[in-house]
Amino acid sequence: MTSFRRLPQGGRIDRARPISARLGGKPLPGFAGDTLASALLANDRLLIGRSFKYHRPRGIVAAGIEEPNALFTLGEGAATEPNVAATMVDLVDGLVARAQNAWPSPDFDLMAVNSLLAPLFQSGFYYKTFMGPSKGSWMFYEPFIRKAAGLGRATALPDPDRYDMCYAFCDVLVVGSGPAGLAAALTAARSGARVVLAEQDTDFGGSLLSCNDAEQEAWRLACINELKSLPNAEAFTRTTVQGLYDGNLAVLVQNRSHLFPSAQKGEARMLLTQLRARTIVMATGAIERPLVFSNNDRPGVLLASALRTYVNRYAVAPDKRAVLVTNNDTAYQAALDLAAAGVAVTVADHRSNVSADILTRAGAQGIAIFPGSGIVDVEGAKTVKAVKLGGPHAVTVECDAVGMAGGWSPVVHLSSHGGIKPKYDEAVAGFVPGGFPGSHFGAGAMMGTFGLSAAIAEGSNAGASAASHAGFGKTRPAYAPEHATDRTYAILPTWAPTQGAKGKAFVDFQSDVTIRDVKVAHQEGYRSVEHLKRYTTLGMGTDQGKTSNINALALMAEYRGITIPEAGTTTFRPPYAPLTMGAIAGRTRGSHFRPVRRSPLNDWHVKNGATFIDAGLWKRAWFYAWAGATPETAYVKEMELVRRGVGLADVSTLGKIDIQGPDAAEFLNRVYVNGFARLPVGKVRYGVMLYDDGIVLDDGATARITENQFYMTTTTAQAGEVMSWLEYLLQMQWPELNVQVASLTDEWAGMAVSGPRARAALELAFPEADLSDAALPHMGCRDFVFGGVTVRLLRMSFSGELAFEVHVAADYAISLWEHILKAAAPTGIKPYGLEALASLRIEKGHVAGLELDHRNTLDDLGLGKMAGKDKDYVGKALRFREDCQAPDRWSLVGLELMEPDKKLRGGSILFAASDEIKGHGRGYITSVTWSTELNKFIALGLYKGGLKHEGEEIIAAFPLKNEQARLKIVSPHFIDREGARLHA
Amino acid sequence: MMIPCPHCGDRDVSEFRYGGDATKQRPKHGTGDLRTWHDHVFVFENPKGPHTEYWQHVLGCRRWFKLARNTATNEIGGVVS
Amino acid sequence: MSKHYSALALARHALDPDMPWPKAWESPEPKSSYDVVIVGGGGHGLATAYYLAKNHGITNVAVIERSYIGSGNVGRNTTLIRSNYMIGGNTAFFEHSLKLWEGLSHELNFNCMVSQRGQIVLAISPVQMDVFARRGNIMRLNGIDAELLDAGEVRKLLPYLDWSKDARWPILGAIMQPRAGTVRHDAVAWGYARAASALGVHIIENCEVTGFLINDGLVSGVETSRGRINAGKVGIAVAGHTSHVAKMAGLRLPVESHILQAFVTEPVKPIVDHVVSWGAELFYLSQSDKGGLVFGGHIDGFNTYTQRGQFNRIQTVAECAVSLMPFISRLRLLRHWGGIQDMTPDGSPFICKTDVRNLYLNGGWCYQGFKATPASGWTFSHTIAHDREHDLVRDFSLDRFGKGRELDEFGLGNWTYKQ
Repeated sequence: MTSFRRLPQGGRIDRARPISARLGGKPLPGFAGDTLASALLANDRLLIGRSFKYHRPRGIVAAGIEEPNALFTLGEGAATEPNVAATMVDLVDGLVARAQNAWPSPDFDLMAVNSLLAPLFQSGFYYKTFMGPSKGSWMFYEPFIRKAAGLGRATALPDPDRYDMCYAFCDVLVVGSGPAGLAAALTAARSGARVVLAEQDTDFGGSLLSCNDAEQEAWRLACINELKSLPNAEAFTRTTVQGLYDGNLAVLVQNRSHLFPSAQKGEARMLLTQLRARTIVMATGAIERPLVFSNNDRPGVLLASALRTYVNRYAVAPDKRAVLVTNNDTAYQAALDLAAAGVAVTVADHRSNVSADILTRAGAQGIAIFPGSGIVDVEGAKTVKAVKLGGPHAVTVECDAVGMAGGWSPVVHLSSHGGIKPKYDEAVAGFVPGGFPGSHFGAGAMMGTFGLSAAIAEGSNAGASAASHAGFGKTRPAYAPEHATDRTYAILPTWAPTQGAKGKAFVDFQSDVTIRDVKVAHQEGYRSVEHLKRYTTLGMGTDQGKTSNINALALMAEYRGITIPEAGTTTFRPPYAPLTMGAIAGRTRGSHFRPVRRSPLNDWHVKNGATFIDAGLWKRAWFYAWAGATPETAYVKEMELVRRGVGLADVSTLGKIDIQGPDAAEFLNRVYVNGFARLPVGKVRYGVMLYDDGIVLDDGATARITENQFYMTTTTAQAGEVMSWLEYLLQMQWPELNVQVASLTDEWAGMAVSGPRARAALELAFPEADLSDAALPHMGCRDFVFGGVTVRLLRMSFSGELAFEVHVAADYAISLWEHILKAAAPTGIKPYGLEALASLRIEKGHVAGLELDHRNTLDDLGLGKMAGKDKDYVGKALRFREDCQAPDRWSLVGLELMEPDKKLRGGSILFAASDEIKGHGRGYITSVTWSTELNKFIALGLYKGGLKHEGEEIIAAFPLKNEQARLKIVSPHFIDREGARLHA
Repeated sequence: MMIPCPHCGDRDVSEFRYGGDATKQRPKHGTGDLRTWHDHVFVFENPKGPHTEYWQHVLGCRRWFKLARNTATNEIGGVVS
Repeated sequence: MSKHYSALALARHALDPDMPWPKAWESPEPKSSYDVVIVGGGGHGLATAYYLAKNHGITNVAVIERSYIGSGNVGRNTTLIRSNYMIGGNTAFFEHSLKLWEGLSHELNFNCMVSQRGQIVLAISPVQMDVFARRGNIMRLNGIDAELLDAGEVRKLLPYLDWSKDARWPILGAIMQPRAGTVRHDAVAWGYARAASALGVHIIENCEVTGFLINDGLVSGVETSRGRINAGKVGIAVAGHTSHVAKMAGLRLPVESHILQAFVTEPVKPIVDHVVSWGAELFYLSQSDKGGLVFGGHIDGFNTYTQRGQFNRIQTVAECAVSLMPFISRLRLLRHWGGIQDMTPDGSPFICKTDVRNLYLNGGWCYQGFKATPASGWTFSHTIAHDREHDLVRDFSLDRFGKGRELDEFGLGNWTYKQ
């Protein structure tokens, strides 16, 4: 038996271009211009899926973005895309689709057994059971629930497609290209304003695409042609405005899936545009609502407007007879168009009074009208066979399709995204925008203006107003076609179903919410619209309740005995339609997820066998091949190099800040706890800065280059933070200081030359320079010119050895580095990496990132004595808070492993020898290394009471590996406590 | 949200960093007791409505400035001198 | 009418569809006076009222909610529960909370779908592995479950992560708490409301507190949009709007209101079986029982009371999602929303007495309000009942900043907008 068929002529399909897609492994023929949905109907495929909870047979309901039922899985393998509405998929060659949430098939679905258990599955049933027998029982039930839920199946393979993102600007954004949108865009564009028209459909025209009126079609084409001819207007199809954000940021997503774009060729499957619009005209139309009646979910029950779209746009019609059920006039457009296509039509009209004009026109087409009548029940299990009417005309009418016309819900989503709640309009029987900010305008059906000429006039006005608001003057309005009339609406809202049948009456098809579920929610007190939504899952599906929300909340209002405006509506949230995650991320993924920062010496490291490690955004040389193949072996060799000879390390990632001005010394004197006012020119000083809260912010060395110029270094991790902090203090708090700061982190490179032979190495590299201890003592600095380039030499040490830092403009970094290695080759100089660098500093007891974790005070780090007693510095007041000065705070200690057969691990928890090993301990290990000097594992840690316990034997616990080790608390300066090496 | 940088003009919020309540008076350097600094650092008026706050055009010209913004609506009032 | 929920009750109602279910909670008219008024009908307020009645026998209690119950963050979060806290003042509190979660459905006779599917926090560097180890060790030392996983073990559990060379950061291992997981968030509000109501607590919806009755530093009630309500004691639990409400009582707080966004994709069949968090950037994801992937990231980073986020943050979070789990790129975002969160300078909350006698504060929850709900109610009710802070929350005090006793769990420093 046939229910739907392709009409021999008509429609917007291209019969000269047959298409063959594949559905469930079998061919699905159609024509160019078809959607997957229209092709299904044309092939008389009504039953296309099963419902979420009850696994009831389901068919296509709508013709657009609001489709609740017809969800398919597209593509194969890594390109699998579940839950795509067939109404939004172009039928193209190569399209592969399959049904979902049914096994083995939608026709014969074993899960349909759920239907028998339906009485158990009322809204919220899962809150009332699955709790026993014991406390953790949910973990037993959950896998079954999870498997049953979840619509389509996603692939775990990485998405092979590419997505692009761009920024754009315009004067007027028009959303929607129906009659109102076209008029608005044209009128705005005629003023000279830069106009963007975004249309989610595959063609412009909105409701006009579902008409069969030649004059209206001519008007549509004329509008589009003129728009396309204007250089200041751009119009995009397949482009959904997904959300409006603060500052008139519209997010547009264009879907190009139908082209099967190739990532290899650089083609994007979707393009997301962040469009800044001066003004926005919303002409987003309206969505027809279903009516609620028994078995209203049977395949073959569609929205009346969808039937009209299928017949006019796709030339697909019910085979013999359609019954339309309505509470307003707009159903008759569908009725007349169906009749014109040769379909016998019966209309059950909830209203007792139908206008004479309609009766006459419909009668002329042989349309049977039953006023005061609604559908009591639908017969037929897998497709509609007949409907039972109620009211004065209680007859059963055999039919192939049912069209529901429950009134129209304006699409107010975008107008609500900014926080303005929509308001209920009695005449519209729906929510309309509750207002607009000055730069937003609305037109057409989204405003509740359903008549064609009225919508066009409103669109023209909105377009003119928007252009004017954007600063454009004169324009010429777009006028409606001469014979356009304003269709009447005359809705008599009916929310509750016609009584008399016991079948399920669905409010939300996708979430399987019936009228009974709404009643149960009401009984149980889940009465606010948000409770209703959350308790029943109403409107939570992929269709986001576009067809269901208003019916449900109207029913709830009725049960509560309050008006719909009193009940209110749920919040409309972006995105307007399900939005592909890949489109949001664009190309910012994989290796492009976040920028990679590379030292100016990076290329040298790459060529010379460095293994890299991530340090924040930086890629740092971790260790070098000359020293070993794994970090565990290599860093020890590199440490030995520095301790016994000389090594060269890249320290370019340190923050480097140029500080200049007559008040530079005063400025530094304020931000550092220790004095900088009297630092002599040519000297470097280690400084520590606090934040206002008295907690350590950062440390580093700062050199005085000239009287009014300083060169500050910061830790790698805090470089950005310190820079912003200095700028804040100078710009916002201390404008009286004449100081300028500039970051040189990327502009300058730094290399550390460390080890007993460091001076010998540099003397070979810079034979002209006097590097004697007298000329450049420890903590001295000097700029000199080498080979025409300024080189900044800072004699300071992170490793505890005689050491220099050589800083130079980034462009010269590699040549200088290579020069040092080459010239100093007789000293045996070799590069060493981050692991050795970090280990050497542990031996020396220098704090770094793991100790500078924003929780520690100056005293915790053993640096309290640095702070000037008589000087003021940032953070001084709060440094002296009660607990910050408590004597038993966790403070810095050195730790030596006492058991040579064990390993020491970072993150171990410290206990006194007599402690029970539980709780939070007395501290923890921050940094660990193998000490080449001491031939044992050593560590830095924070311990309650700190060095007061020097010499005590304590315990490090690492319960994650069931390990414990005995340690001794020692000075954190494991080597050269008196600093003889530094001053060599 | 568009933030009007006094130097660069309107730019997307993603280019900026927020710096907190700008109506709080930071004690002059070298002054202020513990309580004053405590209130400055830790206590917030946090109004639901008009708010003056620090922003830095951190991914731009690096200018710090004070901005009037309504925390109930995110409406920008403009740069406060 | 089945007051007690069970499979049997469901069956009885299935057989007799006309038999109505009782209201989950009663909606009485407010009385003129209560022993205790709780301002805020969110998870914390309702839990507090329940434990006041259950643990302390104080049943003459009203919970006053401006909108519908559960309209704030209890219905806007990403539903995660865990107790992986390492700072002294936090560990025991959050573990107590997790223990209460474990028995909550039974306790309330309301299935909150407490799903202990385990949380896996992925480390991207050796240093991060050490930091995670410290956390895990502290957990173990406090009787809390924690496992250190190497990369191979993680890959077996989470094969869908980006294990390719193309990944911006490698996954070197993870710390896992097997008992962590998710809870159906709305059910928590409803379950506590129903159980509290059954014990006699009045739940007053659509009633806004407009002022406090305070004389000589003593609170004696609240002014509301439905008239004056006297109270022996008043507790504030209005996270997101804490400053705003506390200001009516003359309190200025270490709190800024920030928006945290949350996201859910379309539902798909089970694919992510754990809660997965990432060490590269703040990002956490789980799959709801309904099938949607629920995830979130960092706060937008500036103070606001608008419950709508900025697009740049949405992008940031989507970038995390597709970079960590490349299959997500083909899934579609169904909704995103925002919750207003109290941010405190150190990222930790307040459950304490205030300068006003008989006025108690519960707020400043930052990212951790939801997982704290049961213990928050447990300890806040104790604090109110005994006019003395519960031992578990003695560090959640307002004066900790003045004393230099910040509870900085993540070592981020004193910045509300960074915590």
